[in-house]
Amino acid sequence: MVKKIMTGNLAAAWGAKISRAEVIAAYPITPQTIIVEKLAKFISDGELKAEYLRVESEHSAMAACIAASQTGARTFTATSSQGLALMHELLHWASGARTPIVMANVNRALAPPWNIWADHTDMMSQRDTGWIQFYAESNQEVLDTIINCYKLCEDRAIQLPAMVGLDAFYLSHTSEIVDIPDQDIADKFLPPYKAFYPLDVEHPLSVGSLAMPHQWYSEFRYKIYKSMEKVIPKLNKIEKEFNKEFGRNYTGPLDLYQVEDAEIILVAVGTVAGTVKDTVDYLRSKGLKVGVIRLRLFRPFPSEELIKALKNASFVGVLDRSFSFGNEGQIFSELKASLYQTNRDPLIKDFIVGIGGRDITTDTVKKIYENCQKCLKNKKIDQEIEWTNIKV
Amino acid sequence: MKNNQKYSSVEDLPEASVASVSTVYIKTGSWRVYRPEIDKEKCIKCFICWRCCPDISIGIDEEGYPKINYDYCKGCGICSHECPNEAIKMKREGK
Repeated sequence: MVKKIMTGNLAAAWGAKISRAEVIAAYPITPQTIIVEKLAKFISDGELKAEYLRVESEHSAMAACIAASQTGARTFTATSSQGLALMHELLHWASGARTPIVMANVNRALAPPWNIWADHTDMMSQRDTGWIQFYAESNQEVLDTIINCYKLCEDRAIQLPAMVGLDAFYLSHTSEIVDIPDQDIADKFLPPYKAFYPLDVEHPLSVGSLAMPHQWYSEFRYKIYKSMEKVIPKLNKIEKEFNKEFGRNYTGPLDLYQVEDAEIILVAVGTVAGTVKDTVDYLRSKGLKVGVIRLRLFRPFPSEELIKALKNASFVGVLDRSFSFGNEGQIFSELKASLYQTNRDPLIKDFIVGIGGRDITTDTVKKIYENCQKCLKNKKIDQEIEWTNIKV
Repeated sequence: MKNNQKYSSVEDLPEASVASVSTVYIKTGSWRVYRPEIDKEKCIKCFICWRCCPDISIGIDEEGYPKINYDYCKGCGICSHECPNEAIKMKREGK
């Protein structure tokens, strides 16, 4: 084990290196470019044995990853924002073809107006593509999640691709101490990938060909649905094993902080959770019963785990760093839908924060908790959706 | 791996849509509305039709003329459009 100071982008590159990615097809985009630059350097320096494909667009990058994965190669790529949007068509193809591709996505806002800063709209817009979605809080988590993703995605019961989100600049360009796992332990933890239906000229296959309505199309989609159901139990098992091998404990789909006796719980995604945890410490020192749940996994959506974690809460505030125009924040929608099937009816409010990289400070979070307290006292929310810190 | 027309249940299916056979058993020729017909009097055996067919539905017959495989030809008419000698006419099916 070696400790290094590195940015989230370098942690992502190290994650792919330690996982021994064999094919990397990528197209540069700010603020992701450093990830694939570092991987190109690893390869040219002879530190990583992989095929590096320089393609003409993100659409081509994903197409190349799918084909490479189908030959049985462990495949990695990285993108961000507009690049992820351009991949959209192929994202469906990757999950439909059951290719266990792992991708780092630096979470960045979409244009116009041009904005390269942190925002979750890019990945939220890919919600229905059949990809597993993680959002990281630290550079260490970026590295570790990439390794765990390969183990998860390549499992026979799963066979789906995953994307790991890291917030633009807050992680991508910010340095932290990161433990790099020992290669020999990592090799034991993550053996070489073996495709279940590899493309092989000696044993020809037709892949993804026509399926008429009366044939098996519905059933192939049904199988993706069933595999997604197995992701959370499998993830819990993998992370337990990871903890045993590497001594770092991840807690599955949710990261709970002071929730057990909390009256007011905020639900957050990505780096903002760190700021919220600090604010929780401060407010707890003043005697307030507050807590935070960080959603690590957005697809599959951990409904059951969330309902359980919210069982004692009287007020739930959701921090959405993205918005579904014409409706509400995506996490808010999904959390409300999960609660509908229970007899729990806490007050719930959506806070739209940090859009296009606007800073979310402890003061912002304190104001949010104060507002939650006020609503809880009145036993009524003042408005269902609040765009916090908008200059009105 | 089985021909995926022969699977009997979802449990039986592979996870990915792969098959050990090609799609030859899906005879897409039934989608055709207009049928290309080659006039051998006019055909100069240039095989531009063969090169342009998007469905690989043109082969070669014993006399060396292009031969359309009506099991798969969807009747797009590209061969007819590209033929330099107007040797391929599109005729309405069923007439």
